[in-house]
Amino acid sequence: MAEKLPYIQDYLRSKKRFPTVWCPGCGIGIVAGGIIRGIDRLKLNKDEVAIVSGIGCTGRMPVYMDFNTVHTTHGRALAFATGLKLAKPSLKVIVLMGDGDALAIGGNHFIHACRRNLDLTAIIVNNNTYGMTGGQQSPTTLLGARSTNAPYGNIDQPFDTCFLAKAAGAAFVARTTTYHAGEMERLVARAISKKGFAVLEVLSQCPVFYGKMNRMPTAVEMMQWFRDNTSTQDVVGRIRRGVLVDREVPEYGDEYRKLVGSAQEQKDIRERKKSPATVRLAGPHEAVAVEHEESEKSAEVAKAVEVHGRK
Amino acid sequence: MPTTIKQPKQSARFMQGNEAIAEGALAAGIGFFAAYPITPANEISEAMARELPARGAVFIQMEDEIASMAAVIGASLGGLKAATATSGPGFSLMQEQIGYAVATEIPSVVIDVQRAGPSTGQPTFGAQGDVMQARWGTHGDHPIIVLSPSSVSECFALTVRAFNLAEKYRTPVILLADEVVGHMRERVSEFPVMEVVSRARPEVHPEWYFPYDNDLGDVPPLAAFGDGYRYHVTGLFHDKSGFPTQRIDEIDPWFERLFHKIEGNTDDIVEVSEEGTREAEIVLVSYGAAARSARHAMKMAAADGKRVGLLKLKTLWPLPEDRIKELARSAKGFIVVEMNRGQVRLDIERLAAGRAAVEGVHRFDGEMISPTSVLKAIEEF
Repeated sequence: MAEKLPYIQDYLRSKKRFPTVWCPGCGIGIVAGGIIRGIDRLKLNKDEVAIVSGIGCTGRMPVYMDFNTVHTTHGRALAFATGLKLAKPSLKVIVLMGDGDALAIGGNHFIHACRRNLDLTAIIVNNNTYGMTGGQQSPTTLLGARSTNAPYGNIDQPFDTCFLAKAAGAAFVARTTTYHAGEMERLVARAISKKGFAVLEVLSQCPVFYGKMNRMPTAVEMMQWFRDNTSTQDVVGRIRRGVLVDREVPEYGDEYRKLVGSAQEQKDIRERKKSPATVRLAGPHEAVAVEHEESEKSAEVAKAVEVHGRK
Repeated sequence: MPTTIKQPKQSARFMQGNEAIAEGALAAGIGFFAAYPITPANEISEAMARELPARGAVFIQMEDEIASMAAVIGASLGGLKAATATSGPGFSLMQEQIGYAVATEIPSVVIDVQRAGPSTGQPTFGAQGDVMQARWGTHGDHPIIVLSPSSVSECFALTVRAFNLAEKYRTPVILLADEVVGHMRERVSEFPVMEVVSRARPEVHPEWYFPYDNDLGDVPPLAAFGDGYRYHVTGLFHDKSGFPTQRIDEIDPWFERLFHKIEGNTDDIVEVSEEGTREAEIVLVSYGAAARSARHAMKMAAADGKRVGLLKLKTLWPLPEDRIKELARSAKGFIVVEMNRGQVRLDIERLAAGRAAVEGVHRFDGEMISPTSVLKAIEEF
């Protein structure tokens, strides 16, 4: 185990923050390990990584990690991360959420983050339950499963996190489990490297609440279930793992910076229009930029460029 | 650190309160604005959408007001001056995040252009029903700063002040405007050149940086994420490093500093404008749009030879408690003029403590309070 120590020394707030709040057998520690090894693969500068989390067991993850870390409110981590990333585009922003945090209270922010496609990495630890509050059903609790708030079995249809992310427009969608630690590490690195909104769902175990109520009272049984019921191939009756979506979608930050460029250009042109005496000749890039515009206002601007250009 | 910025020279203009708020935000150095469409605050976000990209700053329309306020806090943590604008229903949705900004001490500005409520109410009618929500809207005991403009030029000046106070005291500041002031157009001459304040940044080595160090005075410096100071931020009770704590000996001093930074600096934070209060038998207490009617009534009463003064609250929270107590000794009584059922009046009654009578002129159906109804109250006092 000696070779593992550098991870602890380099990436964990090992002196200050332990032991963790997680129960024995919890999968979140395995996910935290996967995230750190994934980050280590990419050799990112710790000062340039921000970890944003919501509320719940998963929300407690960043406190142990030696990056810029913020533990926000329930469900809103993606909205905080959106502001942070737009304010500081140089940061690699990784958002850690549980299934309840991301898909119930934060469901609206989740689909809009997928749609907007800002360069964030969302890692959703799905343990099918609200562990922090004692084991109530979540939007991913399977039909018929028991929870403290569904003692007669759950009748709410569950979400498929990855299908939802895909339909909402995420650029990258992948799934793994706590059993597949090596795969997790690789997928974390890929998700972080992807330019655009990347979603990685990690199926994780909550033996203490979900497991006990559903005849899988140990972490080993639950992880064996992940082993036996998932596949990297499309197999009937098995949950698909691996990369499900990897597509090129315009990234929001890039699009915003383009908008800034054209807004400044148009402002320059407006100002030049106001005082023709100080007009400078339009550069070729300005002429090209306005050619692609189609609105009436832009046509007017294009005309102005043309006129000034001839001078 | 205070710096004075030069504002462009301009001749007198005819402009709207909401536009002046947007200009104030720009003058204060706003770098990030997030909002969700809502009447009667839309003109602010529209101005931001027009102006911010050209300045290289960020405008984003979020999926709701909760996300808007969360994004504002995130951006502020990234080092930018950040604000959002909304009205009643959206203000309700923002409350949890406002509390987060209070507890984590992240500067932010929330503009609430109040409309008649509760619920959907009447979006295009003015009211001042959010006064107590601005004070106590988020759960738990907390301090807050709330400013209230009553004219277009005050919309500008108090917006700059809202940013300055937010940055100086590491706190959310609420600019509590109302539909009347927000949509009203007035002739404004050149805006004043105002001092612009930015948050103190740490200068120590990262090893020695504590974002919540109670030994550094009321307001410890705040590092931006990505500036080489890796620290933790949480809405849980936290120690001086920002890590969660359950130790009372760490929680109590933090709480004490959190309150003291506002309550111990009221000389700096509280701003009122007074007219004729020294000689007054009756002091009108008012703010926002209602203060305009109160002022008009005061002048009418003065013409009748009555000794009436006006205490206009530009800072609503904290209240100018000492001044109100003084006036309770010098005047016969107060008439509180406000477009709600008496949200500030209750506090004036508390501060008058029986030494002066307290009456009120209240209206909350979306209509303005008329100067004549205030005059009537003065005559009947």
